Amino acid sequence: MSKIQTIAQDAKNAAAKLGIQKFDIYGSTVDETSVQVDSGEPQQMKASQRSGVTVRVWNGGTVGVTSTTDVDPVGLELALKTAFEASAFGATENVPDFSPEAMATIEDHKASAPTTSTVEKLLSTLVSAEKALLESHAAITAIPYNGLAERALERFYINSNGATRHESHAVASVYLYTKTEQENRKPRSAGAFRVGYGVDELDIKACVKEAADKTISHLDYEKIQTGKYRVVFSPEAILGLVGAFSNLFNAQSILDNQSLSTAESLGETIASPLLSLSDDALHPENIGAETFDGEGTPTRCIPLITNGVLTSFIHSAGTAKRMNTTPTGNASMGAKVGVSRNFLHLFAGEPATEIYSLETAENVILVDELSALHAGVQSLQGSFSLPFDGWLVNKGVRTSIDSATIAGDIREVLKAIIFVEPETHFTGSGVAPYVWVEGLSVTGG
Amino acid sequence: MLATPLLITREIPNLTYSATPRCFDESWEAPLSTLLGLGRAAGADFIEFFLERVNYISCMAEDDVISSIAPKLSTGAGVRVFLGKADCYVSTNDLSFNGLKAALEKALGIMGLTFPSAMSFVPEINLEILRDYATKRSKASWLDNSSSMQEMSDVLLAANDTLLKKAAHVRSRKAAYFRDWQEMMVAASDGTFARDIRLTQSVGYSLLCEEGSNRSNINKRVGSTSDPAFLRTWDYAFDAEEVSESAGKMLYADYVESGDYPIVMANQFGGVIFHEACGHLLETTQIERKTTPFMDKKGQKIAHENLTAWDEGLTKDAFGTIDMDDEGMPAQRTLLIENGILKNFISDRAGSMRTGHPRTGSGRRQGYTHAAASRMRNTYIAPGKFTTDELFASIDKGIYCKKMGGGSVGATGEFNFAVDEAYLIENGKLTKPLKGATLIGEAVDVMQKISMSSQDLGLAAGFCGSVSGSVYVTVGQPHLKVDSITVGGR
Repeated sequence: MSKIQTIAQDAKNAAAKLGIQKFDIYGSTVDETSVQVDSGEPQQMKASQRSGVTVRVWNGGTVGVTSTTDVDPVGLELALKTAFEASAFGATENVPDFSPEAMATIEDHKASAPTTSTVEKLLSTLVSAEKALLESHAAITAIPYNGLAERALERFYINSNGATRHESHAVASVYLYTKTEQENRKPRSAGAFRVGYGVDELDIKACVKEAADKTISHLDYEKIQTGKYRVVFSPEAILGLVGAFSNLFNAQSILDNQSLSTAESLGETIASPLLSLSDDALHPENIGAETFDGEGTPTRCIPLITNGVLTSFIHSAGTAKRMNTTPTGNASMGAKVGVSRNFLHLFAGEPATEIYSLETAENVILVDELSALHAGVQSLQGSFSLPFDGWLVNKGVRTSIDSATIAGDIREVLKAIIFVEPETHFTGSGVAPYVWVEGLSVTGG
Repeated sequence: MLATPLLITREIPNLTYSATPRCFDESWEAPLSTLLGLGRAAGADFIEFFLERVNYISCMAEDDVISSIAPKLSTGAGVRVFLGKADCYVSTNDLSFNGLKAALEKALGIMGLTFPSAMSFVPEINLEILRDYATKRSKASWLDNSSSMQEMSDVLLAANDTLLKKAAHVRSRKAAYFRDWQEMMVAASDGTFARDIRLTQSVGYSLLCEEGSNRSNINKRVGSTSDPAFLRTWDYAFDAEEVSESAGKMLYADYVESGDYPIVMANQFGGVIFHEACGHLLETTQIERKTTPFMDKKGQKIAHENLTAWDEGLTKDAFGTIDMDDEGMPAQRTLLIENGILKNFISDRAGSMRTGHPRTGSGRRQGYTHAAASRMRNTYIAPGKFTTDELFASIDKGIYCKKMGGGSVGATGEFNFAVDEAYLIENGKLTKPLKGATLIGEAVDVMQKISMSSQDLGLAAGFCGSVSGSVYVTVGQPHLKVDSITVGGR
């Protein structure tokens, strides 16, 4: 019997013992190994094997929730019992139910088989990467933030109606962040990361090259004049910014009055017609794609913005029921069932009337990476003020910008888009092209 | 008297241990001592076990309903193995003897070590008599005496009702509470054997107001360690008043004009900027990574002579207070900066070994899945000689940063912080509310510009995320004047 089957059977036994008729369980087990190095030597190596489940118990008209890492029969029984106790305080309105799609057929999806590399292999791979990066330029004196990790994840969903979901996948990742030292110059830092299905699939050479190229390009930096600029967001930067305001599309946020949108916002033009956006969990470039959400609903592609028009929200079973639609595979189990995006795909909408290029544009700012999104975003007000790494670009010539921040309102930014480049690029949280925006405030440091 | 014969490796599978399954007490000495000896026999220089049990619950009221009440139960252990200056950390949910042994074997394997052969002697590890901090201050009854689910529900709904009565233009209101009860045990091959119980609680408001196209969102959170009655004695009427007043003012705030300004930073949570911009740079973790400009500055002037700063784990009931750190060392009071001179760094075991700076009882971690690292506890700037009015009076045009938001510090020491509630200072007086401000600078520069400190030191609860996960901390300061700083805005 597999571990998942054992947990399911133990949960059924415990529920029967406690007289609990209706319950569901979402859980996962993670097996992870990671290494860090310093000047060619191992710095810290970590390994963990951990399990966790969240149980929901229905008690008449209310629901109780409990999470536990104790997945033996005693631990599961305690979790069910505690959830039953908590159900006495559950909301009596808008009580969630099982997803109507928890037993729907899920089409086959390419899943990666877990691989296990030895720690020696992880270390030697990372030491080689560190060495190559240190040798790429004399100013690069340290790689203070680095890591190589391999992670195997198993996840499952079961409920008392007989739904059983189970899948596993593996992901490997590497990141390298440099630090420079030059006389009479500030230290500079830049980095790169890669993810893949296994260590052997990671393009570490490209990661080293990207980190080196970025670092070198930031060595000669200049202060920038405070003012309004035409700005080009990198794929990572634009996805970071849009992701920080994902309450725009989040049905739970809307129902909780914690969104810039309302239930009536569907059909409104919220962006330039040049822009389209979808949440596509099963996008071919989504490494570690998940085929079902925390309630067992199959994941899918949801068009969020189509040619500038707000097209859909993302839902859990509960929000879908309240808004008279179908769940979208975006439920996440927690203290309360939440809704979260899976994998953003931003792309060009209507054809552009004017094409822009960094090779010909003058005095534009290329924002490579936004920082402090957790702090500088007022997601309920729409505003942001964020530090960034980037360059002032004049006819293809890039000059690194000394510390600076960029500020604006997401609703104005989306409407001020003047060009969405046709080619998309993979980032950790999605795929997107470079996006050009007119007239953003930039403060020089 | 006959000496007890040394254990032989082949006997280990036949040993039976009766460690108490639901409590970390003296009964854990035998199995942990055996495992530590086994690790030493394998060739490890140092081994440490960290055992943890957590009983956590969160509760949230949204408008007039309890939208979630969610217990979370967790048990686990981590084993850390050092060989020379390198180390590895393995965590597991399995606290059985065989589960811990498997974790140890994995950790040793990562370091290139193996269990000794069947006929090898296992060195005795003589653990100290259990240093049980959990016997202090009635900690054993803390969990039972903290608020029940019914009480959580009642208090939060009453608090939200009060907020509605005090605030105008309310779009949504939340009151949220959590209680984190943690029992932990540390056993290490240097003989460390210690146990503690912690009770951390926090409660707060989030208020969103809206009128037309104007919105304001104000949050406030208070926290406590060691007071089971914390929630039932929460003065929510006071906090509701403060949050409502701030949200009302910020609803009509103008965007700040970017530029360089003198600023006054409020006390209490204003201390987050020192925590982020300087405190982290005084952790030995940063020295190990060579990412702090202060690494070779001990004994040198790194700040304005007006500035003295502490990091400690002792202030009664403060959010970062701990009786022992997560490596079993008693908490201390560490002088960081005295009149501008760098006096000490914050150090854990590994940091001390790798940098030479003495341990300060600062080895902290989120839980058993993280190895301990040098982390702050209650960190604050000492009060000065000025009155707050004197700080404002010294500024013709500047900004009062009354409520700081979050922030971050880059790998090279530059920082940025959002200001959630700000006011324009004109001729020493507060004139109008401002929004959208971000403070930008570098620690080495700004530390020299903190020229005035008032006498009103205040502390505030916070959460700090770093290499060993999220830990509870206190930030604090009196009102401070910074002579000039870049303010990002529109």
